[in-house]
Amino acid sequence: MKKKFEINADYQPESFAFNAKYKKKAQEAINLYPKGRQQSAVMPLLDLAQRQVGEEGAKANPPYGGWIPRAAMDHIADMLSMAPIKVYEVATFYSMYNLAPVGKNLIQLCTTTPCWLCGSDNIVKTCKDQLGIGLDETTEDGLFTIMEVECLGACVNAPMIQINDDFYEDLTSETMTEILETLANGMKPKVGSQKGRKGSMALSGPTSLKDRAKKAGVA
Amino acid sequence: MLDDKDRIFTNIYGWESFSLKAAQKRGDWDKTKDLIAKGRDGIIAEIKASGLRGRGGAGFPTGLKWSFMPKESPDGRPSYLVINADESEPGTCKDREILRHDPHKLLEGALIAGFAMGAHTAFIYVRGEFFHESSELLKAVEEAYDAGLLGKNAANSGWDFDVVVHRGAGAYICGEETALIESIEGKKGQPRNKPPFPAMAGLYSCPTTVNNVETIAVVPTILRRGAGWFAGLGLNEKNAGTKLFCISGHVNQPCNVEEEMGIPLQELIEKHCGGVRGGWDNLLAVIPGGSSTPMIPKEICATIKMDFDSLREVGTGLGTAGVIVMDKSTDVIKAIARLSRFYMHESCGQCTPCREGTGWLWRVMTRMVEGRASVEEIDQLYEITKEIEGHTICALGDAAAWPVQGLIKHFRPEMERRIMEYRKRAA
Repeated sequence: MKKKFEINADYQPESFAFNAKYKKKAQEAINLYPKGRQQSAVMPLLDLAQRQVGEEGAKANPPYGGWIPRAAMDHIADMLSMAPIKVYEVATFYSMYNLAPVGKNLIQLCTTTPCWLCGSDNIVKTCKDQLGIGLDETTEDGLFTIMEVECLGACVNAPMIQINDDFYEDLTSETMTEILETLANGMKPKVGSQKGRKGSMALSGPTSLKDRAKKAGVA
Repeated sequence: MLDDKDRIFTNIYGWESFSLKAAQKRGDWDKTKDLIAKGRDGIIAEIKASGLRGRGGAGFPTGLKWSFMPKESPDGRPSYLVINADESEPGTCKDREILRHDPHKLLEGALIAGFAMGAHTAFIYVRGEFFHESSELLKAVEEAYDAGLLGKNAANSGWDFDVVVHRGAGAYICGEETALIESIEGKKGQPRNKPPFPAMAGLYSCPTTVNNVETIAVVPTILRRGAGWFAGLGLNEKNAGTKLFCISGHVNQPCNVEEEMGIPLQELIEKHCGGVRGGWDNLLAVIPGGSSTPMIPKEICATIKMDFDSLREVGTGLGTAGVIVMDKSTDVIKAIARLSRFYMHESCGQCTPCREGTGWLWRVMTRMVEGRASVEEIDQLYEITKEIEGHTICALGDAAAWPVQGLIKHFRPEMERRIMEYRKRAA
C-alpha cells in the first residue's frame, strides 16, 4: 500500500537541512521575490527539498525517490519565517509534493479522457502486470511506484505518462514495457514520443510550414 | 487554410532551436524598441483594433483588459503582469509548445505587454509537470538578460523589465487567475472573491493583469504586422486572427496546428489530422474547446466553425481550442464520467456546491455508465449541475457542470437506453 502522509510516522526522519548545493539554490529562489514576500518561495523550496531527498535516495539501498519529510517542511517554515502549518497547507494542497516515501521511478499514468480515449487503460494494465503491483503501490526493490494522475497537458501525444521529470508520449503496450525494462536495468529510456515524431506535429508529416520543414530536414 | 506567411508560430513543432539566435532569425526581438516607442496608449489601441481576445479560454478582449490597469500608481504600489502557463485543461497542450519551442515570442510579448500596462515585473506561472518546458523557458530568460533584452533598459526601450518564472506543483485550479495569484504568494491555490479584481488588487495586493501564454506570445507579431493584418484573418472582427488548435482523441493524426479563427471543424480535422478514425461517418461527438466545454454531436460538427461566437451559438465554447474527438466506438457516458472525476479531484474544496457537487456528479455518473439508475435520475443529475453552476467563487464549478449538461442535452437517449439494458439484465 502507498504510505500515507503521517506527521509522526516511523519513516519520518528526525531532522532535515538543505545541503550546500541546495541551500544555494534555495537562497536564489528566495531572492527572486520582492523583499518581505519570501513566502512566495515556499513552492520552490518544497520542490528543492524533494529533489535533495531524491538525490540521496537514488544512491541508497534499496533506492527511493524524492519526497518531503515533515522535518523539511519545518526547516522551510523556519527559513521563510512562516508558521509550520502554513507550509503543511501548501505541501498537502499540491499533488506533486510526495509526502511519504516513493519508488526511485515515480510513474504517473495519465488516464483523463484524451489519454483514456487513446488507450491509457492498456498502459495502466501493462504497468501493473509488468511490475506486479497495483496503483499507489511500490515494488519491493524500491525501483517503481505507479499512480494514476489527472491530465498532464500533452493530449495530442496521448497516451502519455510522466516518470519523475520526464514525459513519455505516444505509448503502446510494447513501448511501455520497453521503458520499464530499460529503467529496471538502470538506464534512461528515450524521453518524448515513442513513435519518433517531432513534438506535436502529425506523425505522418507536417500539414503546414512544409518549406521550413524541408529546410530543417524534417520532411 | 491559413497561409504559411500568416503563421505566427513558425517553430511550433520544434524543428529549429528555441535559442535567442534562432528566434531572432525567425524575426523575434527585431527592433522591439520601435514597438515600445508606440507608447502605452498606442500599443493598447493597436491591440484593441486587432480584435485579439484572450486565448486562455474566456475570450475577453485583451486590449480592454490592459486598459483597466492604473495609468499611474497613486500610492507607490507597483503593477504586475502575470502570465498563466498553468496549462491543465484536459485536451489542451498548446502553451507547452510555445514554452519549449518559441519562448522568446513569449518574453518579447511580456516586455511589450508589461510596458503597456505599466508593469516592471512579469511572473510566468508554469505548471509543475512541465519541468523541461520551464527549464527551456529559464534558459531563454537567461539569454534575454545576457543580451540586454530583459533587465535594466530592456531592449534599449528605456523600460526596466524583469521576468520571474514560478513553477506550480500540480493543481488545475491554479489556472484560475486569482488562485494562481494566491499560489505565487506561497499559499494554497484557492480562488479569491471578486471584486476586488486583480487590476485593482491582485498579486501582493498590487494592480495585476493575468494573461494566457498564447495571448502574450502573439502580441509582438500583431504590432509588427499591424492590427489590420490580424483583424483581417479569421471569421470577423470579434473572432479575428489565428489560433493554436490541439486535436486529440480519435483522429488519424492528432496534432497541434495554428489555424485561422473560424475554420470549419470538419476542415480542421480533415486537413490537419488525416480525418476521423474510420472516416467522417464514424464520428460520434467532439468536445470543441477543452474538457469544460459541452460536447457537440456529429450533426453540429459537420457545419460548425471554430470560433468564440459560432460555438457559443450552439451552446458550447471555443475555450482553449483543445478539440477532443470521439468516434462511434466511444462509451460517451464513460468519457464524461471520467471528466467528472477530474473535476472532483481538482475542486479546491472552498465552495460547498463545487466540493460536494463534483463528488455527486462523479458518483451518479459512475452509475450512469453502468445504467444502474432510474430515468428520473437523469433529471436529478441535471439539477445537480444547475445547483453547482453559477454558485461558486470561480468557474471550476461551471466547468464541472457543463460537460454533464452537454451529455444530457445530446445523448439522453443513450443514457436511457443503458438504464433499460441494465434493468433487462438485472431482471
